[in-house]
Amino acid sequence: MEKAGTGMEISKQPFIYSDREIDDKEGQVIEDLKAASQTPIPDPDRWLDEEIKKSILLTTVDAVITWGRRNSLYPVICFPACCAFEFIGAMGPRFDLSRFGMEILRASPRQADLMITAGTLTWKMAPNVKRVYNQMAEPKWVIAMGACAISGGIFRSSYSVVPGYNRIIPVDVYLPGCPPRPEALMQAIGMLQHKISQGTSIVKE
Amino acid sequence: MTTSLKAPEVVKQIQTRFPGAVTEVTDTALVVDSKSLVDVMSFLKDTAGLDFNYMTTVTAIDYFQYFEVVYNLVSMEHNHSLTVKTRVYGRDNPKLPSVVSLWRSADHQEREIYDLMGITFEGHPNMKRIVLWPEFRGHPQRKDYLK
Repeated sequence: MEKAGTGMEISKQPFIYSDREIDDKEGQVIEDLKAASQTPIPDPDRWLDEEIKKSILLTTVDAVITWGRRNSLYPVICFPACCAFEFIGAMGPRFDLSRFGMEILRASPRQADLMITAGTLTWKMAPNVKRVYNQMAEPKWVIAMGACAISGGIFRSSYSVVPGYNRIIPVDVYLPGCPPRPEALMQAIGMLQHKISQGTSIVKE
Repeated sequence: MTTSLKAPEVVKQIQTRFPGAVTEVTDTALVVDSKSLVDVMSFLKDTAGLDFNYMTTVTAIDYFQYFEVVYNLVSMEHNHSLTVKTRVYGRDNPKLPSVVSLWRSADHQEREIYDLMGITFEGHPNMKRIVLWPEFRGHPQRKDYLK
């Protein structure tokens, strides 16, 4: 290598890569790749059958089961008082609860897994509500809808009113309001769906 | 629209049959002594020109000194109405004669009064609580219930 000059002698230095060299190497790379690529690379999933490849999705059992549960909540009819009208409004075309996969209101507790307690409960009605809850199959959830369902509301000190559904059945989500708007009911259902997705499929917490 | 009969004119008819039965009269209502209640009611139901064949309401009011029971009568035939009241004194075991034998519509309403006010209607075929459960203690519509 010549002694590196100073000043304007840069052009006399030998280049590490000349343009010509890059072109030569590029040609070589392409030729090498072409020579090595004469046969197609085998498919790593070749051992799988075509149908199986289309239909398999890998996940956990818990995730799938809780996904199925939270997106097919069927409410049972439990409408002791006026919150029922907000629930009916939420079921109607304007708010359209069927977007959440729960447009089917079951008249039989055997086919339902959600109880939305829409209204004031009296002690005379309480055994029947408890019986309906006990008839529902596990897993089952309860949304206490409205002030009366949470605490008895304005009728709390009355001689005949149950001060909150949690005196007789376990409640998962408390939804305040007198009555709650359908949007609030939808938010409560969203909270319940979140709660279900956090749980496990084997044991209900 | 149903016309309300003038009570003083009806009282004149009643007093010819049952003197002394009506104890008080206002323009729209009359108060009947509880001893002759069924007789007066039967008269109002069966007399031509009155024909009160339908009883819409029985209800009760607590005035502390006495309970007042109010009967609202309607005649479907003549399209007129009348309010009849009666009073029962004493809070321990007040009793009144039942009018279920005249109007079947009194059945549940007299039971409700018994349930919430504690007035027993003698002659009622099924005198028991209707709204509350049998073991409930007290009569919650009484003004002194909470004391």
